[in-house]
Amino acid sequence: MTTTTTAPADKLWGGGKSPFNVEYGKLMMWYFLMSDAFTFGAFLISYGTIRFSSVGWPDPNKVFKSYPFAAEHANAPLVFVSIMTFILIVSSVTMVMAVQAGHQMRKKAVVTNLILTIIGGIAFLSCQAWEWHHLFTEGAWWGRNPFPNADGSIASTNFTNYFFTITGFHGFHVFSGVIINIVMLIMTLTNQFEKRGHYLMIEKAGLYWHFVDLVWVFVFTCFYLI
Amino acid sequence: MSHEATLHTSHDAHGHHDHHEHHQSFISKYIFSMDHKMIAKQFLITGMIWAVLGGLMSVFFRLQLGYPDTSFPWLEDILGKWAKGGHITPEAYYALVTTHGTVLVFFVLTAGLSGTFANFLIPLQIGARDMASPFMNMLSYWFFFLAGVVMLSSMFVETGPFSGGWTAYPPLSALGSASPGSKTGMDLWIVAMALFVVSSLLGGLNYIATVLNMRTKGMSMTRLPLTVWALFFTAVLGVLSFPVLFSGFILLIFDRNFGTSFYLSDIFVNGVGALPNEGGSAILFQHLFWFLGHPEVYIILLPAMGMVSEILSTNSRKPIFGYMAMVGSMFAIAVLAFLVWAHHMFVTGLNPFLGSIFVLLTLLIAVPSAIKVFNWLTTLWKGNIRFTPAMLFAIGFVSLFISGGLTGIWLGNSSIDIHLHDTYFVIAHFHIVMGVASMFGMFAGIYHWFPKMYGRQMNNTLGYIHFWVTMAGAYLIFWPMHYEGLAGMPRRYYDYSIWESFKQFEGLNRFISIVVIIVFMVQLLFLLNFFYSIIKGRKLTKQNPWESNTLEWTAPIHPGHGNWPGEIPEVYRWAYDYGKDGKEFIPQNVPIGDDESHH
Repeated sequence: MTTTTTAPADKLWGGGKSPFNVEYGKLMMWYFLMSDAFTFGAFLISYGTIRFSSVGWPDPNKVFKSYPFAAEHANAPLVFVSIMTFILIVSSVTMVMAVQAGHQMRKKAVVTNLILTIIGGIAFLSCQAWEWHHLFTEGAWWGRNPFPNADGSIASTNFTNYFFTITGFHGFHVFSGVIINIVMLIMTLTNQFEKRGHYLMIEKAGLYWHFVDLVWVFVFTCFYLI
Repeated sequence: MSHEATLHTSHDAHGHHDHHEHHQSFISKYIFSMDHKMIAKQFLITGMIWAVLGGLMSVFFRLQLGYPDTSFPWLEDILGKWAKGGHITPEAYYALVTTHGTVLVFFVLTAGLSGTFANFLIPLQIGARDMASPFMNMLSYWFFFLAGVVMLSSMFVETGPFSGGWTAYPPLSALGSASPGSKTGMDLWIVAMALFVVSSLLGGLNYIATVLNMRTKGMSMTRLPLTVWALFFTAVLGVLSFPVLFSGFILLIFDRNFGTSFYLSDIFVNGVGALPNEGGSAILFQHLFWFLGHPEVYIILLPAMGMVSEILSTNSRKPIFGYMAMVGSMFAIAVLAFLVWAHHMFVTGLNPFLGSIFVLLTLLIAVPSAIKVFNWLTTLWKGNIRFTPAMLFAIGFVSLFISGGLTGIWLGNSSIDIHLHDTYFVIAHFHIVMGVASMFGMFAGIYHWFPKMYGRQMNNTLGYIHFWVTMAGAYLIFWPMHYEGLAGMPRRYYDYSIWESFKQFEGLNRFISIVVIIVFMVQLLFLLNFFYSIIKGRKLTKQNPWESNTLEWTAPIHPGHGNWPGEIPEVYRWAYDYGKDGKEFIPQNVPIGDDESHH
């Protein structure tokens, strides 16, 4: 896998080889992801702090139990969100395949897999939109929480406050990822990477996409499982 | 992509001096510049404007503190309704204190300091044509500029700028009804700070990638000048701590505008009644804030430390003492910076056991700090010292860092801190160790690298006057505050004269205010010197006026975009070969001779 510095960079340094053997863009992406991990970390730790200092908390199995086109009193805890999660993870697989195809300079495969990834991202966002809408019709929103604590007492609005803020922030990341992938797709279709001789940009977009998926695993665990 | 763009510009610039670059329009050269040197100057001058504004604010509120009973009619002419009858109103006083803090901490000593010197020095000292991504670098400045515009506009809204302190603790920051400044002023404050975080992230990623990836041949990490190491650690701190503040701000925005209760619980507002918010925690914000806030102290301090190390060694004509210990202690400080934030929160009801752990970690910072201090002193020891203005400011930095650092040991103890918390002792401590000390680092850096920036020299006599007045002034202003703080005088009070116990400090407060005005005037003298020297300063005749070893002095007096005409110099040695083998100095790009001794 040659992700080392390219010829122009060598000239730029007057003979030196990139000391870390990674091009600068990838390095920046890694540091950005570390930074973003701190953003999400702060959110989730805040959530944990408030949740565990509250007297009670709603039971996710009783909140997230519906799915589209179901009868009013559908009771399928976590089924819908599991499908969402599965879609996102599969989109990570297609992203890997796009990156791999890029390394092998197979433009057609890059295009196919990027399209699949974009579809996966849009599907995830659509699912999230449905879920938000459904919760909204049940009376949940920022500052409003219709769901009681597991023991039946009235719950703090911070359950919905954190749910919408953090899943919304994650959804925004997925949305940005979809936009980035669409840009990558256009750049691939217009042969920009072919001209450059490498598909490194797609690898960086891939890093971002996997990160967003990984974050979802934590968000999913914190809100739906625990 | 930008990478290729750099290449083109740098090739075009080969052999050209800046005033020969015909292909650049005014806009692409001076405004939307992608040359790291120009961006550095943009950061510097924007930072200076903010420093003057922030300093002027302190003059205004010092007038209130020093002369609570005197009316200054001219104040009303300047501030209008904020100084009715020649007295600064309480609302204006809190707004001034808040904006002074925000502006000085973030806009001057973060963006103004690392924005200037990371941009200017990293590529020149590591031997790179420019930053890794010149485009992102330009964006970084313009986000900073935008943040400044928004912050400035917050001062002109009807209800006034935010007035709840630079730390923006809820509920003052979270409830619009809490105070006049908590309304539109606070909204603009958050927007400005969010833009600032983006700017700092774009800059930080660039600095890190550039230091790691763009070094010239032979410039191994252990040959980097200490400035570059310091700026590198600063960037890492910023990239990892600002996002946490960003999260905190997002939650704050929701609390302000969308009816959430992240930071709010059980609140009663006079005239409004009990608020429905429950379940939130105001302390949570303090944790999120100080997780940034403490590393922020080192974001401010480390660049100054790096520049001081460089300037002390160059002007002592001696190698820096304990290079690896310097790097190691900066690394230790960077790590510990993330583990001590709760020492700002000893009085929040923090579990005393947890408090004692934070005490331990806080006091541990004294170890790397002391290593650095002793290394600076031993670098000076028996040196052949050249007392340039830059050198004086560097020595002044060491003095202030010792004085302010020692009181840090007091405040780091939770048992003492409970007494001293929120008193003038704290004000004295952090102004000396972080505010004034870093400002000294910045002055030292400006005096030292001015010739590289503008190809001219600043006036030395004015430099000496600037130093001695500022040095004496810094101690005269902040030293007495220790005593006021020990006597329990709380910070952020509008008027102390109504308390019998603080009436004794009336004279002292007046004295401090007078010194503040004098010191402020001398800073204007410095600005005069700076801007006059840009146009009319003595032209540089030598490429290397300080006889320094680092690479920036091997570039032409007026480096074009691309820094070196022709090949970038190769590096063969560390940056501190001063007085070696009987030679005055040996620059980094001189190959090691056969008979040369090892350092």
